[in-house]
Amino acid sequence: MTTVAIVGAGVAGIEAASVLAAHGVKVKLFEKEASVLGNLRSKAFLFPNFQASDQIVDSLTAKLLVDGIETITAMEIVDIKHTSDGWHLSDNKNHDYLADAVLVSTGYKVFDAARKEELGYGIYKGVITSLDMEAMIKADKLVNAVNATPRKIAFLQCVGSRDEKVGNHYCSKVCCVTAVKQAIEVKKRLPQCEVTIFYMDLRMWGQGFEEMYRTAQEQYKINFVRGRISEAAATFDGRIQLKSEDTLLGLPLKMTTDLLVLMVGMEPSEGTVNLGKKCSICGDYGFIQSTNPHLSDNTTAIDGLFVAGTAKRPMTVQDCVNDGRSAALAILSRIDTTGNLGAE
Amino acid sequence: MHKINLIPYNSFVLPFIVGSVIMLIICLWKYIKWIKMFSPEQRSVLRKNWLSWKIFPAVWEMIREGLLHFRIFRRNVVLGIMHQAYAFGWFLLIVVGAMESMTAVRSLNQDNNARFAMELVENGEWFAYSNDDASSVELLKEQPDNVKLHYKRPLHLAIFYRYFVHSTPPQFKNAHVYSHLMDGLLLYVFLGLTLAIVKMLYSRIMGMRSTTKHTIIDRFSKFALWMIFPLRFLAESVTASLYGNGGFCTMAVAGLFDPVIVKGMELSLWTFYSVVLAIFFVTLPFTRYMHIFTELLLIYFRRIGMTETEHKTGYSMFQLNACSRCGICIDGCPLNSIPGHKVQAVYLIRAIRMQDRASVIRTMTSDCLMCGQCAIACPVQIDITALRKIQRNKGVIDTKGNYSYLQSMRSPFNAVGRVAYFGGCMSHLTPGIVSSMEKIFNAAGVKYWHMDKEAGICCGRPLSQQGFFNQASELREKNSELIKQSEATMLVTSCPICYQSFVKEYNLDIPVVHHTEFIDNLISEGKLRVNRSQLRTAYHDPCELGRGMGVYDPPRRVLAAVSMPQKVKMERENSICCGFNLGNTVLGLGDQTKVRNAAVKNLTQSGAETIVTACPMCKKAFLHNNRQSVRDIAEIVADNII
Repeated sequence: MTTVAIVGAGVAGIEAASVLAAHGVKVKLFEKEASVLGNLRSKAFLFPNFQASDQIVDSLTAKLLVDGIETITAMEIVDIKHTSDGWHLSDNKNHDYLADAVLVSTGYKVFDAARKEELGYGIYKGVITSLDMEAMIKADKLVNAVNATPRKIAFLQCVGSRDEKVGNHYCSKVCCVTAVKQAIEVKKRLPQCEVTIFYMDLRMWGQGFEEMYRTAQEQYKINFVRGRISEAAATFDGRIQLKSEDTLLGLPLKMTTDLLVLMVGMEPSEGTVNLGKKCSICGDYGFIQSTNPHLSDNTTAIDGLFVAGTAKRPMTVQDCVNDGRSAALAILSRIDTTGNLGAE
Repeated sequence: MHKINLIPYNSFVLPFIVGSVIMLIICLWKYIKWIKMFSPEQRSVLRKNWLSWKIFPAVWEMIREGLLHFRIFRRNVVLGIMHQAYAFGWFLLIVVGAMESMTAVRSLNQDNNARFAMELVENGEWFAYSNDDASSVELLKEQPDNVKLHYKRPLHLAIFYRYFVHSTPPQFKNAHVYSHLMDGLLLYVFLGLTLAIVKMLYSRIMGMRSTTKHTIIDRFSKFALWMIFPLRFLAESVTASLYGNGGFCTMAVAGLFDPVIVKGMELSLWTFYSVVLAIFFVTLPFTRYMHIFTELLLIYFRRIGMTETEHKTGYSMFQLNACSRCGICIDGCPLNSIPGHKVQAVYLIRAIRMQDRASVIRTMTSDCLMCGQCAIACPVQIDITALRKIQRNKGVIDTKGNYSYLQSMRSPFNAVGRVAYFGGCMSHLTPGIVSSMEKIFNAAGVKYWHMDKEAGICCGRPLSQQGFFNQASELREKNSELIKQSEATMLVTSCPICYQSFVKEYNLDIPVVHHTEFIDNLISEGKLRVNRSQLRTAYHDPCELGRGMGVYDPPRRVLAAVSMPQKVKMERENSICCGFNLGNTVLGLGDQTKVRNAAVKNLTQSGAETIVTACPMCKKAFLHNNRQSVRDIAEIVADNII
């Protein structure tokens, strides 16, 4: 029986595991954290339909409870090597696992906002990231730096994305709509709160995104300002003073707000960078390079080594589900009728 | 008594004489022209100090650097030997040769030996003439006891001494000492020549990774220079093989020659020697070798207190021409290892001196981080940064009221007697530094006025670095006014760029310190008590604070008090620029990053967990990288206050 090892039990990894198991393939699913779906669990609701992410987590984890999937958590795979008897996966403690094929779905991490020191993250309590905001929405408790109800919130797009200085030229794809989603969540809870989103471009590319943007403006009266925030400073009462420019009006702008939410972009996780390097399948910015973005987006330059999800590039949950399935299909098509991975 | 004059001459000395005269005329003409170009301030310095006590250190430096080249020795011993052997060796050859010919002529005059004079006239190439009508030669022959000999000593006698004096003058006691000494000195120069050839092939053994790419005329002149001493040696050896008048070395080589065969070559060799000397002399004012005399004058002018201004002056001309294009500045330049940036000091100075195309000079001028590495490396201590800034001078530009906002700025009433804290524009982008400083002020009980908390005025240095001198002075005036009005007692700044500006470009009457010095004082006076954490740190010397202001020790003392500093390979004046210095506004991000990565590599090799710097610009540069933790020294201190 063919064994496929999947590194990373996120959305793409779990979806792939479930498809493979349904086709009679034995799956070993490795997760370095104690529980699966860490990134998804940190979200409250998902765009564009505001579905609770916990529902998705429940559906996905249920898929792991079938025969043929062995989920091994708290196990960080640090090296993958190919020998004559197949793929060897090893962790820090010298455990060794053997598999016929490997799917890398090691995912992303968020950009460390402290690298943009001028925005004051880690220095002023009133500056938070989109992840912190998501947690507040999930806990249903929105507070400012002094634990009071915020009256004014500003979101800043493209923190660590489309930023030459930090070396990330790419767009993280999900932040535009995430800010709109979070702004709406804020307004649902605090209708009196004044919400402003600072953006470079608004990229409402997905189904339902543009409608969300329109609703945000028309129904929720959320302000959109085209301009970057150049610096942030704390006032004596713990609020945040922003300096920006409204580039549509061509005027400088100063604003004092309770919270500044930094929409941090996606970067490859440490595991993605590490395995990409170890297996020589590293692409731009440390993401893993697939063979071809159109027709073979789940294979890599190394035969038997597959890739899925945000280990490749920023993706939405929807994308990840599809990409996991697609990866499973790519693996299945490489398995011959005898159930073994033959020579290509 | 008949007075008879004797003078040595052969037409082969003509190239030498003509060459040296041309060189002297051109050099003098240039020097006079440049002295006329001195600015009024430089003129007054010259008038006031030209004969003050300052000339003693000037002369000492001329000897030390013009002849002995201590600074090159400090850079690399072999390189020092090479240049010293050439410069000091040649100098001694001239001095000892002059002494030799002087002593010989004096002994000949004292001896008054008509027979010997007759031999020089008949077998040598000395010409006898007298002011009387009588034929001098006949007088020598017929009335040897009735003549008063007067030997002349023209310039070329010392240079071609062995050709004109074949046998030792009878009364010249120490003649053999001189001939051996001269041979020894020639060998010393040969050592220099050998090392120069070795340097051309393997410059690395003299501690130089890159050497200057010279122009055709420089190479031509260098070739002439390299030919001078081998030709002199050959000519002297041939003469020695014919007449036996050499020293230990020329005689040894002369033994290899057959006098019959080499006889025909003697005159040609001496002629070649004279011609290459002439070539070298005539090309000297137009090549890198102009530094030989100009460096001495530059040392003099500098020592009596002359400095650069904002415009190109006579002093700039002396600076430009004192550059020997040795290329020692190249290796340290952070842009050197990146292709497409042939902008190092040596090339810029050459381009300005040779009046290269304006667009070429402009590109070279602006593409520089102004980190000051080259100025530190320069063995002639040319003020390269000032030369570059002069070249960047944009002149008067209409600012269209951009600075009208300055009018509304006021200093607060409550700053009197406080310490004024100027974070600087860059610190607005690194709020961690500012909040740490606030914490330190409060912990030490220092009453302070945060000058640029809400709105501040730039110190002006980023503008002046780019040649906007007028605009910079507008900002300086307003800042000076605010500081004066505030009646603050001291100015503390977190940004070394502002710090250098406030110290060097302002004329404030209160002390100005960088926060590293301020914290160092607080700790040593016991006003600030700190813990020593186990954090392994590597200190990065910012260009503007280290090379710019010479502040190296206070940050090290502070860092040692709060952490475990690690030894960094390239530190203090050799510290590598972070790549984001405001001196360069044309360098692309990719190349900035390459410079930055070199600096980061140097720091992380030390085994430190955290890079510590004392400049918001450097901090931001390192932060962009994200591969390691970066803190300002104030932040580390603030974390460890007891």
